[in-house]
Amino acid sequence: MSEFIYLYRGGETNRSPERMQQTMQKWMAWFKELNQKGHVRDQGQPLERVGKLVTGKQKTVTDGPFAEAKDVIGGFTLIEARDLEQAVELSKGCPILEVEGVVEVRPVLKMNP
Amino acid sequence: MEPEDHLFRREAGRMVATLTRIFGVHNLALAEDVVQDAFCRALEVWKFRGVPENPSAWLLTTAKNRALDVLRRERTARTFAPDLRRLLESEWTLAPAVEELFTPKQIQDDQLRMMFSCCHPRLREEAQVALVLHILCGFSVGEVAGAFVSTHTAMEKRISRAKKVLAGSRKLFDVTDSADFAARLPAVHRALYLLFNEGYHGASAESVVRAELCYEAMRLAALLRENSLTSTPATNALSALMSLHAARLPGRLDSSGELLSLFDQDRSRWDAQLVAEGEQLLDRSAVGSDLTEYHLEAAIAWAHTTAHSAHNTDWGMIVSLYDKLLVLRPSPVVALNRAIAMAQQEGPGRGLAEIRSIAKSKRLARYPFYHAACGELELRSGRQEVAREHFRTALKLARNPMERQFFEQRLTAPAKASSSCEDRSDHQSA
Repeated sequence: MSEFIYLYRGGETNRSPERMQQTMQKWMAWFKELNQKGHVRDQGQPLERVGKLVTGKQKTVTDGPFAEAKDVIGGFTLIEARDLEQAVELSKGCPILEVEGVVEVRPVLKMNP
Repeated sequence: MEPEDHLFRREAGRMVATLTRIFGVHNLALAEDVVQDAFCRALEVWKFRGVPENPSAWLLTTAKNRALDVLRRERTARTFAPDLRRLLESEWTLAPAVEELFTPKQIQDDQLRMMFSCCHPRLREEAQVALVLHILCGFSVGEVAGAFVSTHTAMEKRISRAKKVLAGSRKLFDVTDSADFAARLPAVHRALYLLFNEGYHGASAESVVRAELCYEAMRLAALLRENSLTSTPATNALSALMSLHAARLPGRLDSSGELLSLFDQDRSRWDAQLVAEGEQLLDRSAVGSDLTEYHLEAAIAWAHTTAHSAHNTDWGMIVSLYDKLLVLRPSPVVALNRAIAMAQQEGPGRGLAEIRSIAKSKRLARYPFYHAACGELELRSGRQEVAREHFRTALKLARNPMERQFFEQRLTAPAKASSSCEDRSDHQSA
C-alpha cells in the first residue's frame, strides 16, 4: 500500500442553506465509505481560505494566498491506496466535484527508493 | 451524528432575524452574508470533524462571533441598529450586549419582528409571502421560484424589490401592544395562510416541496402562538385550520402519487395526532367574540376530518358554515364549495342550481374545479355527455400535472360517480 494526499481546491460556496447541508451530508457519507474500506490514513483538516505568505531571505510577510478562489486549497486528506490509479479512482466520489471544485491527488514520496 | 433534516434552512431564518435586529434592517444584506459565512464554516469543519453535539448552538455561536468581528471592524464605517447604538459603540458593553441579544427569548422575538416586518403594507401579498419564505424559512431565490412555479428572474426581481422596501422601513417592526400591531397581525395571518395554501394547492408538481411549505407555515404559526401578544383566537384558529388540513396530507395522494378526491381518500391514513392537535387549537380559538374566516374554515375542516366517511359527514352544518364564510369573505370559490356541500345534502340537481346562481360566476371560468364540479353533478344526474364536456374543460385549465391526471382519470373512467370537489378548495384563488 502507498500513501497519497488529496488536496481539495475551490468548490462553489454561494449556495442555499439547503444545498449546503446536502453537500455536507454527501462529504460525510463519502468519508464514511472511504473509512470503512480502510483507505483513510488521516481524514485531514479543513483550512482557512486566508493566511500569510512568508517570502525570501527577507522573510517578507504578506497576506495570502493570492490565488483565485477556485485554486485555494480548502483542506487535505491522507489516503492509503494500492497505486495512483486506485487513489484517482477513489477520489472520483468526492462531492467537491459536483460544485466545480478539484481534487488534486499527489503520491507521498517513499523513504525507500 | 447526522444533522436533522433542513437544519441549515431553519437556522438561517433565526440567524438572519437576530443579526438584522443587531445590524439594523438597512444592513439586511450584511446579515445574510454573515449567515452564509457561518454555513460555509460549518460545511468545512463538520465534513472533516463530524457534526457537533449541538449543531444549532454551534451555528449560533459562529454567527455571534462573526457579528462581533463585523461590529468592531465596521463601527466607524457603518451605522447599525439605531436603538442599540450606545451599547454597540463601547467595547465595555459590546460583548455583553451581543451575548444578551443571542438568548433564546430574544431570538424568538426577532423572528416575530421579522415576520411582521415582511408583511409591510407597501408590499403585495405575494411579495410578503415570498419574503417570509426567503428570509424566515431560508429558501433561496431559486427555491422560492420553484415553490411558486415562477421563473428565477421574476422571483429575483420580486424579492429584491421587497427587500428594498424592507430595508427602507428603517426599523424592524416592534411587536408591542400598539395600534400598528393590531393592524399588522391580520396581514401576518394572511401571509401564513397563503403560504400554507400554496403548499396544499400550489402549482408546484413536486409534492415534497408542497408539504414543506405547509410545515413551514405551521412552524411560523407556532411562533405566533408562543408569544402572549400574538397568541390571539385568530392565531389559534389559523393554526387549527392548518393542523386539520395537514392531517389529511398523507391521504391526499394514492400510492402512485395521484391526487385523490376527499371522497376517495383512505381516512385511516389521516394523521390522528394532527387531528387531535387541531381540535385542541380549535377549542382554544373559541374564546372572545372574534369570529374570523379562519375559525369558519377550521370548523369546516374539522367537520370533514372527524367524519368516518363522506356519507356520514354533517353536510348541513358545513353548508351553514359556508353561509357564514360567504358573509365574511364573499368569493365565488367559497360559493362553489357551498354548492357542492348542498349537492351532498339535497342531491345533484340542487347543487347545479346553486352553482348556476353564484354571483360573479364568470370569475370561476378559469378555475378547473368549477368545471369539474359541474361535471360530477351532471354525471350524478345521469347526463354523461354533458359531464364529459365539463371534464374536458377542466383538463384544459389544469394548473399542474397532478390536477391534469386527476381530471384525465375523471374523463376516462367516469362510471363511478365521485366528487371532483378537491380535498380542499383554495378559497382565495378566484
